[in-house]
Amino acid sequence: MEYSYYPGCSLHSTGIEYGLSTRAVFNHLGIGLIELSGWNCCGASSAHAFDHNLALALPARNLALAQQSGRDLVAPCAACFNRMKAADYSLRNDPEERALIEAAVGFHFTGEVTVRPMLAVLHDDYGVEAIAAQVQQPLRGLKVVPYYGCLLVRPPQITQFDDPDHPQVMADLLQAIGAEVMPWSYATDCCGAGLSLSRADIVQKQVSRLVERAREAGADALVTACPLCQVNLEMRQTSQPMMPAFYFTELIGLAFGLPEAKKWWRKHLIDPTPVLHAAGIPGAGVPAKGLEPLAKVVE
Amino acid sequence: MLNNLAFETDRLSGQTVELCYHCHKCTAGCPVVDAMEFGPDHLLRLVALDQRQEVLSSRDIWLCAGCYTCATRCPNDIDISAVMDALRQLSIREGITAGEENALLFHRLFIGVVERMGRSHEAATLGLFKVLSDTPLMNDVGAGIGLFLRGKVPLLPQRSGAAREVRAIFQECRSSGEPTDKAV
Repeated sequence: MEYSYYPGCSLHSTGIEYGLSTRAVFNHLGIGLIELSGWNCCGASSAHAFDHNLALALPARNLALAQQSGRDLVAPCAACFNRMKAADYSLRNDPEERALIEAAVGFHFTGEVTVRPMLAVLHDDYGVEAIAAQVQQPLRGLKVVPYYGCLLVRPPQITQFDDPDHPQVMADLLQAIGAEVMPWSYATDCCGAGLSLSRADIVQKQVSRLVERAREAGADALVTACPLCQVNLEMRQTSQPMMPAFYFTELIGLAFGLPEAKKWWRKHLIDPTPVLHAAGIPGAGVPAKGLEPLAKVVE
Repeated sequence: MLNNLAFETDRLSGQTVELCYHCHKCTAGCPVVDAMEFGPDHLLRLVALDQRQEVLSSRDIWLCAGCYTCATRCPNDIDISAVMDALRQLSIREGITAGEENALLFHRLFIGVVERMGRSHEAATLGLFKVLSDTPLMNDVGAGIGLFLRGKVPLLPQRSGAAREVRAIFQECRSSGEPTDKAV
């Protein structure tokens, strides 16, 4: 099993632990991720405010690189995934648009490679049971809510992934690694996304509501598959006690017993180790030393 | 007809805003509606009625978070997120002062960095936003330090090897497409 890999800009910066845990988990499972050489930013979520064609041509250049490689493309970031799928959809379904994109990027689209959601690669291609068979340390006692956000599931004709109102893929994977998945109704609500800098007040409100609902559902932590959701969830929380947001790959890595897992926790703005300790999970590492809790830094 | 807002919006977005029959499903599901002036379905009505100034200067078109909840729920399959994008494009093209100037500033900075480097660079975007926006200077300084201490905002940009090709794509889209202005 081998895929072309598009990390996107966030996995080298604010979502660094998503990139690290993705690499570690895929490596452990023996699934090849071959990074596209010379990839560029997909333009999310600003290009489409300026120019429709630009917003399709930027991700399409990466599709062209994937096509050269001949391997299906995996983009862990929900926003990158969404933009790649939007370009792919236009190239497949709109001849006029396709001519414009091909001219802007300088390639001929063959449609031979597809863009795959990373959750689906693990859930369908590798298989939930095969994942469960790799678990060394089931995450029993850890209560979580899966949080997909918007761009993995909407708009459904473009993302073509799971049920847009009631997705199940992440819950299946989390159950396979022994975590207790709590039912809640906010798995696909918006975190406020790119308004985080210009209208932090709106994002704070969205995030507070999500965390409150997660707490009501009985969860100790949220689990995401999007670097912007994750940073918003951890950076824009206002009420104590703060609830960490894991990437699903981090929890899979932890359940596989990967020793590097404890390095990921130090990258979080909200230290997740107390939650892991409280759930009695061995190998959770120690609370981050030398890093003040964010709330203190802000004061 | 050419100067009619509904006509231009439909052409740019590939949607038909006149199909809206105001069931309010979009507005009921919109996560940012309480910060808006009109809300999605009211805005569609204003577009259909050619209320150019009101629509293109409203903060609503910049507050849309692009979550596609409205687009997914619309019984008439209007992609309202795409309509919002088209309205942003028209507003920029006509040089109208954005109803949310900081939101537009963020988009300009983000896409300006991508045009120059081929990839985004958080430290540059965040730093420029802090200096150029009218948000209070000390806002988010703590969060910025927290991200920096965790190695999450590298000061040096990555070399993508794609910068020149990406600039060519920007050039190509500018010359072939709609007469949008330069992002930065």
